[in-house]
Amino acid sequence: MSVYPYLVAGWLMAVGIIGIVRGRNLVQTVICLSVAQSATYVLLLSVGYQRHATPPVFGEPASKPNFHVVDPVVQALTLTDIVVSATVTALLLSLAIQIHKRHGTLDPNELNTLEG
Amino acid sequence: MSPRVRLLVLAVGGIALAVLVVPALVGLPHFGGSVHPYRTHAVVASVAHHSANVISSINFDQRGLDTLGEESIFLASVLGVVVLLRPAEEETETASLGGGPVLESTKLAGYAMVPITLMLGFNIVTHGHLTPGGGFQGGVVLGTGIHLLYVAGTYRALQRARPIQVFDWGEAIGAGAFACLGIASLAMTGAFLAAVIPTAPLGHLFSAGTVPLLNGAVGVEVASGTAVLLAKFLEQAIRVRPAAKETEP
Amino acid sequence: MNNVLIAVVLTLVAAVGTVVVFTRRPERQAVTLSAYGILLALLFMVLAAPDVALSQLGVGTAIVPLMVMLTVRKLHRRR
Repeated sequence: MSVYPYLVAGWLMAVGIIGIVRGRNLVQTVICLSVAQSATYVLLLSVGYQRHATPPVFGEPASKPNFHVVDPVVQALTLTDIVVSATVTALLLSLAIQIHKRHGTLDPNELNTLEG
Repeated sequence: MSPRVRLLVLAVGGIALAVLVVPALVGLPHFGGSVHPYRTHAVVASVAHHSANVISSINFDQRGLDTLGEESIFLASVLGVVVLLRPAEEETETASLGGGPVLESTKLAGYAMVPITLMLGFNIVTHGHLTPGGGFQGGVVLGTGIHLLYVAGTYRALQRARPIQVFDWGEAIGAGAFACLGIASLAMTGAFLAAVIPTAPLGHLFSAGTVPLLNGAVGVEVASGTAVLLAKFLEQAIRVRPAAKETEP
Repeated sequence: MNNVLIAVVLTLVAAVGTVVVFTRRPERQAVTLSAYGILLALLFMVLAAPDVALSQLGVGTAIVPLMVMLTVRKLHRRR
């Protein structure tokens, strides 16, 4: 249990990369990239967790800070990353649409000519 | 290279990576431990600036420059999507169709949830420095909430409710406001994005310096950007057709 | 108790992630991706991160699967 979350994050990353390489369709590649990105979120949040600690939001007006909270820095990193990576996924999907318009196929094995 | 060779290269690279990464993962501090050096500094700084939500304080107060970079990525990606999804020369944009039949219960649920969702989104954005939430989350809720009109009604209703021009400007205004607030802080105190507004005690609505304003700017930008993104994809899926086979609406 | 909960949710996340990758058709992958997003949000809640869970819920459950479905529909239309 002390290293299980890290191994789950590593497994998700490995599975995502396998999906990217094995993809028969560019849209599948984008989805597997999304899974691989989620592996980093799991890793970051697992690094920052502390047993029996509260979320890093304070309710009562407190004069003395309470340090028994989960690490807020990694949560801040993960939070903006999730929203921004969604838009990058949108960009990749629109690239896939354009590739389909130009070449008529989305199979990576058939898209191996770089036209000038 | 053929798929088999590709899989072979993946296997070799994967094994090499696993040999390096798994000992590193096992050597990390144990899950759930209490060694978190950044936590102390972040919490102390957040309480000193009267910000109840430490994460919002980190995103907009202590590391505001990183958030400026993130929202620039957001802006650039939405710009890229808008440019890529223009109708090509051989496509036309037809008028929108009426749409299929919608269940009455779906209509009721959709129309009832639209004002609730929008109000919830505004709440999440404005109270971002007090409760879990903030500009990014609230912006996403707002941007998707408006599309309940498409689920419950017709595409035409959605088009009337969200003119794309307004949301284009909204996104630019949000991004610009963030940068301008930073420059204003620079002019007033000599540090970019420093907290300049006098702060109320922790937990009140107007506490936490410039964090609510920056939250609002990011909320406007993310909501408008999400609406524009979904609008472009909906247009491509529904309205843009190849010009050769033009069907009657 | 907390340990067991975290372990169970982590195992579910790993399992559903594998299912997402090995689903054949992209339109079905969008649905499993949505389920994966909900499970991830649950994991983030269990790990005491409500901000991140809010973010993941809105994005990974609603926006990305919606865009994938619209893309797939657009691509099938052209065929």
